Amino acid sequence: MNMTTALARLLIFPGILFAVPAAWFFLWVERKAVALMQGRIGPPFMQPFYDFVKLLGKDTPPRSGIAGGLMRAWPLIAVSTAAGAVGLLPVLPASGGFQGDLILLLALLEVPSICIIAAGFSSRSLFGEIGSAREAVLSVSYNVVFLLAIVSVAASQHTFRLEALAQMPPSPLLWLGILAILICLPAKLHLNPFSLPNAEQEIYSGPMVEFAGPELAMWELSHGLEWVAATGLVATLIAPHITLWWAAAIVFVALSFGIVLLLSAIAAATARLAIDTTVRFYWQCTLIFAVLAVSSALFMRLRS
Amino acid sequence: MKLWNRLMCYCRRRSPWIFHLNSGSCNGCDIEIVAGLTPRYDAEQLGVRLEGSPRHADILCVTGPITKNAVRAIKTVYGQVCGPKAVVAIGSCPATTNVFIDSRTLDGPLNKHIPVDVFVPGCPPRPDAIIQGIAKAAEILAERGKQQPAAAKAEPVAIEVQP
Repeated sequence: MNMTTALARLLIFPGILFAVPAAWFFLWVERKAVALMQGRIGPPFMQPFYDFVKLLGKDTPPRSGIAGGLMRAWPLIAVSTAAGAVGLLPVLPASGGFQGDLILLLALLEVPSICIIAAGFSSRSLFGEIGSAREAVLSVSYNVVFLLAIVSVAASQHTFRLEALAQMPPSPLLWLGILAILICLPAKLHLNPFSLPNAEQEIYSGPMVEFAGPELAMWELSHGLEWVAATGLVATLIAPHITLWWAAAIVFVALSFGIVLLLSAIAAATARLAIDTTVRFYWQCTLIFAVLAVSSALFMRLRS
Repeated sequence: MKLWNRLMCYCRRRSPWIFHLNSGSCNGCDIEIVAGLTPRYDAEQLGVRLEGSPRHADILCVTGPITKNAVRAIKTVYGQVCGPKAVVAIGSCPATTNVFIDSRTLDGPLNKHIPVDVFVPGCPPRPDAIIQGIAKAAEILAERGKQQPAAAKAEPVAIEVQP
């Protein structure tokens, strides 16, 4: 991958120029789907954009010292890493890539949640600290299944290149991996039934409680970009291999939209679980997917 | 720059996030605020979102007749809402202290302590009146921009209750 394609992927498609409107669109789809399932009409189409611009124009409370600087830095780090993760997705055919970009993508996907944990603790609010602790526990729980599922799919193909995974023919192992990733996505995106870190009613939106104005706007944007990156990862794994670039882009957007609808429907249909139930769910019930994925990957490697 | 300001005004009007503050209310107005967000009235169509933290909110919705205990909390929470901000007094209690007038436990009405932009009278007011009040406050918010009125100098707007 040369410099021009890398920049084009980061800045144009599937990077910032595509990802930011897509982030707002997915945030709207989530709110609208929940509203429709509850029998409401829901927010207008441009609502996430209005919220973003309004938050940019609000004041922030005066903060000084290292903690104040950190509180301004965390949302920016979260947004830039989430945008970088979207830029790495192998959406277009023959768009290049490099050996090991899967590892970079997984690392970049993990940084926003680390930023949320750090932000909650540096806000020094009691609710922020509770939210951060919940986010940390949640991240330790779902990441076992999430990482093992992706790594075993990659190991069966003897590669850590995203493009090779995107072109991989459908196999039971791939579908098992996709199912395991889909189970982890509600926790990764803080949706019901695993919306523990940002529980509005119990802990006043958790780690975000002290953030206001442009900082909160950046958090909203990073949340939207996480939506694009996480659903895009599943969409590239599901998508069949298409050589036409525009058809590949359309299939990618349509699949991402479908996954957003699925996750929103699950979020609207469920209530928030307690933290111990969530941890037990991920460590006891879904670990079977990880074990199955790893063992079948080992089996496929031995056979080949 | 002018275009940006116009866009900002429009977005402020379309995205009022509210924070609900109870200052000794009987819970009547509180459940009517929540009723405004239910499927029957669906305030989210106007972009209204009930926020858990005053830091995120634009509009402070105060219910209750302002007990002496609540005064400090009201001032603190008003200070925590980041500007530009607006205040909606919901129900007759924060406007006039209602039937509790002359009680020794009260220190009302609300505009003695913080500037109030919109009064929504009623005991309790109907959810549509509350939503109308929030929409009015959002318009005031959009026009006001960054200038905050000094306490007690704000000229409040009353919402007419439709029969």
